[in-house]
Amino acid sequence: MCEFVGCQSSCIPFSKMSFLEYKDVIQSGDTAIVFLGHDSMFAIKVQQGGATQTKYGAIKHSTDLIGKKYGSKITCSKGGWVYILHPTPELWTVTLPHRTQILYSTDISMIIMMLELKPGSIVCESGTGSGSLSHAIIRTIAPTGQLYTVEFHKQRAEKAEEEFHEHKVDHLVTVKTQDVCKEGFGVTNIADAVFLDIPSPWEAVRYAKSALKIEGGRICSFSPCIEQVQRTCLAMTEQGFNDISTFEILLRVYDVRTVSLQLPDFGTGDKNSQDTPADDVSQSKRKRYADSQQGTIQFKSGVPLREMAGHTGYLTFATKYLS
Amino acid sequence: MLENGSGLNVPNRGEEGDKGAAATSAVANAPSLDTVCEGHHVVLKRDDVFKAVQVHRKRKIIFEKQWFYLDNAIGHKYGTTFEVSIGGALQPRKAKSEEIEEPNEAGVDNRNIIDDGKSQRLSRDDIEALKGQGLKGQDIVQRLIENSTTFRDKTEFSQEKYIKKKKKKYEAFITILKPTARIMAMMYHCREPGKICHLRYDTLAQMLAFGNIHAGCKVIVVETCAGLVLGSVMERLGGYGSVVHMYPGSMPIRAAMENFGFPKSFYDHLYDFPINKLNSLLSGKFSAENETLQNQTKVELGEGNRSPLSTQQGDGVLCAKTVMDNNQAGETEAKDVACEDTENKETNADRKSNVEERKSKQEDRLKKLQAAAAVLQERNADGLIIASRLYPSPLLLSLLEFVAPSRPFVIYCQYKEPLLTCYADLRERGGVINLRLSETWLRGYQVLPNRTHPKLTMSGGGGYILTGITIAMDRDKSVASIPEPQEFEEALAKRQKVEDSIS
Repeated sequence: MCEFVGCQSSCIPFSKMSFLEYKDVIQSGDTAIVFLGHDSMFAIKVQQGGATQTKYGAIKHSTDLIGKKYGSKITCSKGGWVYILHPTPELWTVTLPHRTQILYSTDISMIIMMLELKPGSIVCESGTGSGSLSHAIIRTIAPTGQLYTVEFHKQRAEKAEEEFHEHKVDHLVTVKTQDVCKEGFGVTNIADAVFLDIPSPWEAVRYAKSALKIEGGRICSFSPCIEQVQRTCLAMTEQGFNDISTFEILLRVYDVRTVSLQLPDFGTGDKNSQDTPADDVSQSKRKRYADSQQGTIQFKSGVPLREMAGHTGYLTFATKYLS
Repeated sequence: MLENGSGLNVPNRGEEGDKGAAATSAVANAPSLDTVCEGHHVVLKRDDVFKAVQVHRKRKIIFEKQWFYLDNAIGHKYGTTFEVSIGGALQPRKAKSEEIEEPNEAGVDNRNIIDDGKSQRLSRDDIEALKGQGLKGQDIVQRLIENSTTFRDKTEFSQEKYIKKKKKKYEAFITILKPTARIMAMMYHCREPGKICHLRYDTLAQMLAFGNIHAGCKVIVVETCAGLVLGSVMERLGGYGSVVHMYPGSMPIRAAMENFGFPKSFYDHLYDFPINKLNSLLSGKFSAENETLQNQTKVELGEGNRSPLSTQQGDGVLCAKTVMDNNQAGETEAKDVACEDTENKETNADRKSNVEERKSKQEDRLKKLQAAAAVLQERNADGLIIASRLYPSPLLLSLLEFVAPSRPFVIYCQYKEPLLTCYADLRERGGVINLRLSETWLRGYQVLPNRTHPKLTMSGGGGYILTGITIAMDRDKSVASIPEPQEFEEALAKRQKVEDSIS
């Protein structure tokens, strides 16, 4: 285990950063995702001697996990089995412990692309919240970028820092405990992009501007209410931001199903009946239907889920150009 | 593998990269990455319209019904806004001090505004004459306002709208930007959606995220989206890791990827592999095929020289283009040879060298092909991205063989139905979990004081994606044609649940 900074002795050589780089074999200290089913997975920290309970029984880390390959099927003590997956920011987002409301991957994807993030980008974020977006940003800007994240809630900031350390990404992120609306991001003219997810983003827009590089950069603000968007857009215009655009992105998930619908019974017991109109088209159609089993038609369909997220928040993007 | 050593040099090496010999002097004078140089791939922006071009001196550019030369832009920083003046010269826009003065007078409603077609006192000829005098767009707009009899009666909002509309028409401000995935995706979606299988930018964003594309990955990309998806993946890799581009036909088409203007080093680990050699690779007969392969590449090369990529560009670029081709092979010696050869070709001299050039090109291609095959045969790819006009299911089933366990994959399709089949086929094959078929809707908003509402039109469809994660296949059992008991139980339970919720 490598709980202490600087401890090398018990580390397996070439141990790598699991959130930043794929590796094949599970090691002690890794965060891994236990997959029980589509809507049922959770994250664990793999530890020598550790154990995890699932509804299929216990998983013993030392014997069941360490040294096994990611993606393996793990048999639990009661005979049931689970899959053990390599962590990704997307899996982390659906398994992380919530300390706040979080951003989900649909919005996150859009934020990362529209902020033009890539390896080497310098990004400012506030608030850190539960670190859902932070992990996705870090993944994208590694190995040479840097994230400056500001969270005014001391406990949350500390918890986030702990997680970054545990996930071995702390060298790419700086957490500051301060109020972004009063003190800004604590950095000037170094950021390629700024992201705001706070109740009053308009109060932080001027700090966002000063955090961005002289040659310019991108900004995004996430707000659930249109009034917040309204005020933020005004503040952005006042601060000289350009190309201000507001979007809403909605995810529609489809259940893939084979559906069968029953054919109507017209009471045509006698197939040679002369009563029905008998033009060629209807005859051939009737023949096709007659072939299908027991008077039903089967087809594959993508059925929308019964409920979907109708609204998460508005995303407002803008550019600061070279002034 | 994280190639830290070579990778860290990327930003420095970047600049000279793909610009060819012509640009090197300019680069030497302006070492900054943020300055427009000859040979750079840039994006022109006017309002919300983008166009990707390569910077050349004395080359006429036509954009949004205007023509101009980019000569004056060279040496300016990216993000600079220019105004087109007489003769197509670009002048950096001055600070926005001379804004059009807004009149204080405004009407309350439009009850007295009658459309008689005579509210504008300037005729079309008058306006043309003003333009001919070389009057600035701003001044023309001012004249139009002064000569509009109804302007003062319009409401404040419609005055603003009027000015905005006229400004758009007469004021031509062009901003020069660096290409990014965002801009390229928006540009292609707007201008040529057919070329990118109607892949909307938010869908592309989903693909990159759910594919967990990041520095150090080894990604397999199948795409016929003009290279847009490939370019976006390469941008996210940032020069670390590798990509195998699987393509149908004889040559990969990558016009959009070239527009990204990646540094030369990004091409070191870009491999390409023709889909029609996939069967032989899967059956292990690939290397034995070398002989026939050579013959085929001969033909391919012939076609390659006439590919749309080379013909689109002028003769002057041919040299740089060839350099780029060779960069992909990562062969530095070959670069000089090829460059020389192209020059020879331009002077129409010496057939012999032509033959030799062909031979060396052919060998290069063969080497590249073998390298790509070797990369695939490791069967440890970190991800798979498919976005093509081909029927996706067979592609997916074959290519998953090359992906390591516990890795994400994403398939894009413009239509939902082929992905339904994919889903069913994957279920039958096994070796995957967490399958999800989804679509995103993107709604734009107009946000203005007291006039905020969703945009009047939105894109009707940006395609569908199927995502999932690979797992280790059960090699002992007959290759997962029968559902596992647990899975079967779960499926049953789920079906029960669904039926319950429906009834």
